[in-house]
Parts: sequence; structure tokens; C-alpha cells
Amino acid sequence: MQDVPTTWFLLLGAILFTIGAVGVLVRRNILVMLMCIELMMNAVNLTFVALGRELGSLTGQVVVFFTIVVAAVEVTVGLAILIELNRLYQTADVDEVAGLKG
Amino acid sequence: MIEMIQHPLFWLVAVIAVLSASGVVLSRNAIYSALSLLANFIMLAALYLMLNAQFIAIVQVVVYADAVVVLFVFVEMLLGAVGRIPVVERLTPHLIVALVVGFLIMVIVGSVVYEVPIGGARGSATQQAINQAGQVQVLGMTLFTDYLLAVELAGVLMLVGLVGALVLTHQWRRERGIRVQRANREGMPSASAGANRSSLTGNRS
Repeated sequence: MQDVPTTWFLLLGAILFTIGAVGVLVRRNILVMLMCIELMMNAVNLTFVALGRELGSLTGQVVVFFTIVVAAVEVTVGLAILIELNRLYQTADVDEVAGLKG
Repeated sequence: MIEMIQHPLFWLVAVIAVLSASGVVLSRNAIYSALSLLANFIMLAALYLMLNAQFIAIVQVVVYADAVVVLFVFVEMLLGAVGRIPVVERLTPHLIVALVVGFLIMVIVGSVVYEVPIGGARGSATQQAINQAGQVQVLGMTLFTDYLLAVELAGVLMLVGLVGALVLTHQWRRERGIRVQRANREGMPSASAGANRSSLTGNRS
């Protein structure tokens, strides 16, 4: 029995990325949009690890490690901005936050 | 034994991952979205285990499934408890545009993944070599020799993120500004324009 082919992992990553992208476009709740961005990041991480295994390189895993670090910081700052926005606008709907609209 | 059940296991995990990802997008309640996200993260950790990336799998569980989801749920509770976040929302009318864009992304990425053969130089870190030396040892050696500068910069980045989040959410700046305004108003009740301007600059400093 062989290993699971790398192409399947790549296709799964593509599907997960698409779901995340559609989620960012469809949902208007900032919290859920942040979650969908996390989904997309995870799909890319999966691609990195799968290709790293295929090519016999550890760089894929190293890049995923740094991506996880950056994603953690991104979530922290994003949620802080969300709390501040909630203080200003009393809503989590991005369509209501139109202070810069001309 | 593990080799024998690997393919059905992959399909099971993949289907659960896709379903939970759809759950993040489709569920109306944001708490359910967060819980679906948790399921998705754990399924991805299982996929990393299948790819022989044990360290990444553990980091995925510890950082994503633990810290990030807890942060999401905590913020949700924090804002939802005050009752200002509408937890239930409708799906927006430009759904069709989003679906078309998603379909295009899927077609482009999927065809590239499916058609283009995986090329490039094969490295020396094969499964056997990694398993012989130990996964975490090999990864740690790579991280702390070739990527040492990046590791240090990641530490600095986390510090900056921590300080940034604290500065963004902390209230003392606003309270001091209000105090300065009140002091100005009480000190000079008649000269309103001058007091306002000084209170504004006082706010900013």
C-alpha cells in the first residue's frame, strides 16, 4: 500500500481555500470573515507541507511554522481592532462601518 | 496496519475537513462557526500527521485549535454578552457573485494542481532520513541554523503584536483624555475654543 498521493492533498487544499475565499466574500460578520481568512491560511499550510514531503525538503514545514506564528499575531491584532470597532460603531457588520465612504 | 487504513482514513478526514469548513461559512450563529473552525483545525492536524509532519501537527493543535479558537470564542462572548453583536445574520444578496468568483478560483487552482506535474529539485530530507534522525530534531536543526534570523524576527513580531493589541484595546488613553478635557472645562469655563484646542492636543500627546 502506497502513501496517499500528494495531488489529493493539493486538491483538498484548493477546495478548502475556495471555501474560505467564498466565506470572506459572502459573510458580513467581521468575526466570521477573520475565521475564513484562517481557513485560507490553513489550506495554504497544507499545500506547503504536502509539497515539502513530495520534494523531500524541510523548508515547507519551516514556512508553515512561521505562517502559524504570523497567523497567531494577526488574529490577536485583528480581534483587538474588532473590539475597538465595536466600541465605535456598536456592530460587527462590515457594511455598517462606512466612516470613510465618500 | 496504519498503512492499510491510510487511504480510507484520508477520505474520512478530508470529508470532515470540507464539511466543517462549509460549516464555518454557512452557520448563522458565529459560535457554531468557531466550533466548526475547531473541527477543521483538528482535521488538518490529522492530515499533517499523515504527511509525517508530527511537529507541525502538534503546533497546529496547540496554537490554532487551542489559542486561536479560544480567542475567537472569548471575543465573541465578550461582545455578545453586551448584546451589541447580532449573532444571527442573513446571507448577503451578492451571493451569486461570490459563488462565481469561488468557482473561478476553484477551477484555476484545481486545474493547475491537477495538470501541472510536480517538478523541482528533490532534497535530501526523505521520509527515511527524517525518521532515522527524528522529526523534531531535524526540524529544530534547520530552524536554529539556516533560519535563525527568521526565528528571532518571529519573536520580535510576536512582541510587537502583543504590545499592539494591548495599546489598541486598553482604555487608559481615552480616560486620560476625558480627564484632561474635564480639567480644561473646569479651569476655563468661558474660553471654549482655546480650551477645546488645548484639550485636543492634550488628548494626542
